[in-house]
Amino acid sequence: MHSEYIDPILERYGHNPTKLMQILRETQEHFGHIHADAIDHLAAKLGITRAQIESTATFYSFFYLEPVGRYRILFSDNITDRMLGNMDLLERLCRQLWIERGKVSEDGLVSVDTTSCTGMCDQGPALLVNNRAATRLTAERVDAIAELVKNQTPLAQWPAEFFQVEDNIRRKDKLLGSELQPGEALRAALSKPPEALVEEVKASNLRGRGGAGFTTGLKWEACRNAPGEAHYVVCNADEGEPGTFKDRVLLTSYADKVFEGMTLCGYAIGAKLGMLYLRGEYRYLLDPLNEILQRRRNANLLGSGILGKAGFDFDIEIHLGAGAYICGEESALIESLEGKRGNPRNRPPFPVTHGYLQQPTVVNNVETFAATTLIALHGGAWYQAIGTEKSAGTKLLSVSGDCERPGIYEYPFGVTVAQVLEDCGARDTQAAQVSGPSGVCISSAEFGRRIAFEDIPTAGAFMVFDQSRDMFEVARNFAHFFAHESCGFCTPCRVGTSLQSNLMDKLHNGHGSPYDFEEIKKLNQLLLSMSHCGLGHTACNPVLDTIAKFPAAYEKRLQHKDFTPAFNLDWALGPARRMTGRDDSGAHFKEEATGETP
Amino acid sequence: MSKTFTLDGKEIPFEDGQTVIQAALDAGAYIPHLCHHPEFPPSGSCKLCTVKIDGRQTASCTRRAEAGMTVESDTQELNDERRSLTQMLFVEGNHFCPSCEKSGDCQLQATAYQLHMLTPHYDHFFPNRPVDASHPDYLLEFNRCILCSLCVRASRDVDGKNVFALGGRGIGTHLTVNAASHRLADTDFSADDMAAKVCPVGVILKKRVGFAVPIGQRTFDKKPAADYVDSRLPAKED
Ligand SMILES: Cc1cc2nc3c(=O)[nH]c(=O)nc-3n(C[C@H](O)[C@H](O)[C@H](O)COP(=O)(O)O)c2cc1C
Ligand code: SF4
Ligand code: SF4
Ligand code: FES
Repeated sequence: MHSEYIDPILERYGHNPTKLMQILRETQEHFGHIHADAIDHLAAKLGITRAQIESTATFYSFFYLEPVGRYRILFSDNITDRMLGNMDLLERLCRQLWIERGKVSEDGLVSVDTTSCTGMCDQGPALLVNNRAATRLTAERVDAIAELVKNQTPLAQWPAEFFQVEDNIRRKDKLLGSELQPGEALRAALSKPPEALVEEVKASNLRGRGGAGFTTGLKWEACRNAPGEAHYVVCNADEGEPGTFKDRVLLTSYADKVFEGMTLCGYAIGAKLGMLYLRGEYRYLLDPLNEILQRRRNANLLGSGILGKAGFDFDIEIHLGAGAYICGEESALIESLEGKRGNPRNRPPFPVTHGYLQQPTVVNNVETFAATTLIALHGGAWYQAIGTEKSAGTKLLSVSGDCERPGIYEYPFGVTVAQVLEDCGARDTQAAQVSGPSGVCISSAEFGRRIAFEDIPTAGAFMVFDQSRDMFEVARNFAHFFAHESCGFCTPCRVGTSLQSNLMDKLHNGHGSPYDFEEIKKLNQLLLSMSHCGLGHTACNPVLDTIAKFPAAYEKRLQHKDFTPAFNLDWALGPARRMTGRDDSGAHFKEEATGETP
Repeated sequence: MSKTFTLDGKEIPFEDGQTVIQAALDAGAYIPHLCHHPEFPPSGSCKLCTVKIDGRQTASCTRRAEAGMTVESDTQELNDERRSLTQMLFVEGNHFCPSCEKSGDCQLQATAYQLHMLTPHYDHFFPNRPVDASHPDYLLEFNRCILCSLCVRASRDVDGKNVFALGGRGIGTHLTVNAASHRLADTDFSADDMAAKVCPVGVILKKRVGFAVPIGQRTFDKKPAADYVDSRLPAKED
């Protein structure tokens, strides 16, 4: 029974266990979940154990081993969605459908829950229904969705405007403002040997746009020089950092630039295969992107003997993720590309020498690849002159939150925070969170600072909070995010992020004390020094930043004494009181010892 | 003349390709560790073996030794952080040492003693992980799993069976076995497997031998963890 729908999928992926993620995703489409017997079938046909398959499948948020609703609705739960009222809308939908959050309805029709940021912050609140992104939710839209679900209307017949995703480009500069005829940058590069292209990229001083800011030319050179059976190009389109959506816009309207940049890299390092790792939340872009790839193949911009250059063979595949922020970390991304759990690898060795299938691999961000087309066309010196001394070129910012014009802003590096705030129509601003939860929180005293590797580096998120916002709740949302997205591989992050998130809830519930501050600081030190990867290293940033810069938000939550336990004996007696129908003084616990009343 | 590095001021010789912890343990110097085992490729997940090399912290089980490096391990700062890690492992699972038959033979417990851990410090998570007693000879008490992946590596690399795997993510990471029923009895696990002997805590337990060696005469009752350079001695009969 399972061979009927699974065998054609296995055939298409050549019975290759490294394609497990794609095989699982397509297998899941049949029942909406991965059937237990399907796992046995896959294990037998792929020559791996069912435990290995389960190990991969249970790591990712969008794989299901148990039946889930035929309509799986996941509300995006970034702080910007919260500010736009996503929780009220979630409750409203649950009420309309008579279901409890997180549980499948009894008839198996629908389930409603939350998911990490879906990259629609400029048009939130957003949700995913069966992995399809719906934007700009309102009460009316939610009511309409409830009706559509109740009537079991197929997704294809839902109003198209629900699924409309806007680019919202507000400011263009060198990258977004320039036209590129497909093949133009490639032609320019192919007229010279690959080493010359590497030299131009080095001369441009281009630094990676994914956050860490490693010099792209050096990465390409190291990979080119690394011995191996094959070299690979990987484009990191995981874009999981809450508040970031610039790569989505690049892939929607500038995909040719991205693919051309990947092809340039293939030429530079001598690769035959490129892979685009597309986050599961952007599933809706898969078909359009595949069409563009096909168009490029037809135009001989991909395939063998590209643009008549004998021996230059290069093609691009798309690998779809399944909901795991950690897979943006480059070595976890490679593990995922190989069909495994997204655990970051031990380093060294680094991907440039031992990446995909242990072969030399360049991993670059979407924006980085797009920028290389400008370098191929205009030269490294031209590019290097834009921006600041240590930060060449322009940067795309994904602006969201309390401002009139959220969207994409492209600036030369060096722009001040104040300038961005003015351009996007932010008023009465209390803080800006730059580069997402793992970045920094900037208070109004610092708005003169600059976006550049010399001052505030960023992967691209820029979230604005006005005076009405509670910065404690911002930090608490981020703490939950990290606890949810920790891969669980190493002890300090796996347990530490959960402890931190619990401590923030303790403060939220009114049980906080100065002691808890000290605990948070100690946890941060531990996460910073003991964690395996960047996620653990940065997981305490938002809490520490907001404690330092917005102490009032915390102080108002403290009971002023040294220590308050998270556990309150009198509250714990509450269910017993309800069950017995008693509420007299004898049914209450008196805290005589401390003199406290709850 | 072999190459050397210094560990807490002491010269440690090493062969090319050795990790810092391998060389240290071979030289009789103890660095606390839970997921390292001399016979398996490193995992690098427990982070207890973290040391400071030229001012930067790194796991010593995944770090290759280099001539002339200066390694700090037995410092108050590192031991404080290691103690926090053991506390985290204690509250993440359910470790009721007095009622555990692994008590005295358990590397987590011995390491906690070694690091002078006196309280769990953090709030307990109290996870609910049902025990698997299906197998005639072995028991799986998941509540004590510290996710060191030693059984996974032993079963995969030595036994060639892949009986065990880690599933889930984040705080939901858990040990799973290779059967649709998720019962050990339905796998090809056997008492001869390396995986049957390698668990440093009380998860994979042989049935009916629990208290054959009385408490007080067990591995770590005789000598503390630091005196076992190869602290997997519980597996060997003496
Ligand atoms: C937890 C974590 C998440 C990350 N997520 C992303 C991501 O979504 N996109 C990205 O390009 N880089 C991400 N990175 C950075 C990548 O590891 C890597 O540095 C980057 O893709 C390299 O490309 P670049 O040199 O072009 O910036 C992440 C890093 C960490 C530690
Ligand atoms: S720091 Fe967190 S995300 Fe990174 S490896 Fe450790 S558990 Fe995984
Ligand atoms: S069962 Fe034992 S050996 Fe296996 S991962 Fe858990 S603690 Fe480690
Ligand atoms: S022993 Fe090195 S990380 Fe566990």
